[in-house]
Amino acid sequence: MSWSFLLRRLLLAIPTLFGVAAIVFVLLRVVPGDPIAMLIGPGATDADIAELRRLYGLDESIALQFVYYLQDLAGGNFGTSISMRQDVMELVLGRLPVTIELCLVAMSVAIALGGAMALAGAYWRGRAGEAAVDGAAGFVLAIPDFLWALLFVLFVVVFALDGLPISGRIGHDVGFRGATGFLLIESLVRLRFDAFGSVLLHTVLPAFALALPLAAIIARVLKASIAEAMTQDYVLMARVKGFSRARIVCREALRNALVPTVTLTGVQFTFLVGGTVLVEKIFSYPGIGNMAIDAVINRDLPLIQGLVLTFAVLFIAVNLLVDMSYALLNPRMRHG
Amino acid sequence: MTAPQITPGTPPDGPILSVRNLHLAIAGRRRRTPILRNVSLDIAPGEVHGLVGESGAGKTMIGKVILGIQPSRAVVTGGSVRFGGRDITHLPERERRRLMGRGLGLIPQDPMTSLNPAGRIGGQIADVLRLHLGMDRAAARARALELLNDVHIREPERVLRRYPHELSGGMRQRVLIAIAFACRPKLIVADEPTTALDVTVQRQVLALIKEMQAQDGASILFVTHDLGVVAKTCDRVTVLHGGRVLEAGDTRAIVEAPQHDYTKALMAATPRHDRPGDLLQPVPEALTARLNEEALAYDAGPDTTSASHA
Repeated sequence: MSWSFLLRRLLLAIPTLFGVAAIVFVLLRVVPGDPIAMLIGPGATDADIAELRRLYGLDESIALQFVYYLQDLAGGNFGTSISMRQDVMELVLGRLPVTIELCLVAMSVAIALGGAMALAGAYWRGRAGEAAVDGAAGFVLAIPDFLWALLFVLFVVVFALDGLPISGRIGHDVGFRGATGFLLIESLVRLRFDAFGSVLLHTVLPAFALALPLAAIIARVLKASIAEAMTQDYVLMARVKGFSRARIVCREALRNALVPTVTLTGVQFTFLVGGTVLVEKIFSYPGIGNMAIDAVINRDLPLIQGLVLTFAVLFIAVNLLVDMSYALLNPRMRHG
Repeated sequence: MTAPQITPGTPPDGPILSVRNLHLAIAGRRRRTPILRNVSLDIAPGEVHGLVGESGAGKTMIGKVILGIQPSRAVVTGGSVRFGGRDITHLPERERRRLMGRGLGLIPQDPMTSLNPAGRIGGQIADVLRLHLGMDRAAARARALELLNDVHIREPERVLRRYPHELSGGMRQRVLIAIAFACRPKLIVADEPTTALDVTVQRQVLALIKEMQAQDGASILFVTHDLGVVAKTCDRVTVLHGGRVLEAGDTRAIVEAPQHDYTKALMAATPRHDRPGDLLQPVPEALTARLNEEALAYDAGPDTTSASHA
């Protein structure tokens, strides 16, 4: 992997983001729903409404509005939220760390769970263990992330599992206000283990809801890739060397199975990021996904635009990280 | 035909490997297909033993059974494999692993696919040293460097850090030879170790195997289809066809005066340096057909065999 590769990918991101901005901008103004009507009370006069429309620049043509919007964007100004009357950039950046941490935890869970299932299935190939892994993966995959979230909430409520929070990000009794939004990382750095535990506990259920479908996909693809690697001559060679089956699966085969697995599951990581929208809402988790739903309900055009662009940047970043990991995992690409 | 006498012959100081009346079949859905039929052979300490036959003769399978890496559908239906006096035919996995490295080694057929593409050369030599000889990282690395020197790899320090795809086929086979000899095993199965290589490289690799063997004193079971290679490399030879041993004995005796028609046919099919003008003759189809018939008659049982070939 080279710097030119990175630079090319970053330059390619610019037209992508421009396209996203244009489509969302036009779409939001074509579909019915008036942000001003949502904003003001029933007693407002036509003059008030016209005044507000002018204030938010909604009285211009869509093309002209877009030009102004691009000018603002170029100056780093993402506009002002209509419903919250705050700078969009500030609002989004305040919530973004929450979603990033949630996604990181969910991804870790997916990789650990999916990896463990794949290794177990590959180790007990052709036996009951493999059938159990296949069955579990098929079952988990049949239920989408938001449905898992609802099932978890239902489960906690029905069985009165008071220890497992289903709302918010940190306990009210924990007096911890981070200087950054990265509460997990910050509490750990500042050795506030009570706060860390509280945030982690609040993150468990939404993270698992997001992670389960991805874990099932990783389990399937990685297991198949390991099985393929296990038929190779170098595995026979490892047996002749006298290595145990566990070591051959985990060391010899796994290393070679990672590249096809990342290729096939890389895209799925972006689905996980997209899944935060519904899952955060269900758990009242204060990230940008939750914020996006509120913004749509309030027809908060500037905020929706800012959030969609933020999601687009996240998707591009995840894709870039996945592509970069190929080079890390595959020695042929590293030196080639 | 006159049945040639098959005498595995016990070497003077007791064989390191002794295969006795080995039968092996591939288990199918309905029935078992015989692959090895009553195979016996002995290898003395320090002996290089050729195992010759065409493809499908079962010679690679014999090597795999000795190493315990035959496919799970291949079932030993009779006979035994004894290694150093110990019956290893049905050894449990755990004990089998302990036998590897210091007891048994393999030089594989295809060097291009036998090294792990995701691992550095140094690690793939050092891991056996650490597993079987209990060396620490530094000692294993130092020994790996020595081994690369032994197999005449130039700039061994650099090669240690290389990945397999950065080496040529000949270099990779040298690395695999280094791995095979790393823990000084008593017996190495060389499974057509030069077949996948260029003709020019073949000769070098063959010379290297002989050189390493002479230094180390390990026994080698040299599996090949090439009687010419056997003549140059092996002390004794076993000729195999259709999973049956047709002829066995000292290489010199067999090359100079083959007894069995099939061995004669193989000789005629092998290029010879001492008679460069000779045209090569393929093994006659009639002979192959007759041998296949004999094999089937053997499967049918001893009574029918003696009746039709008495």
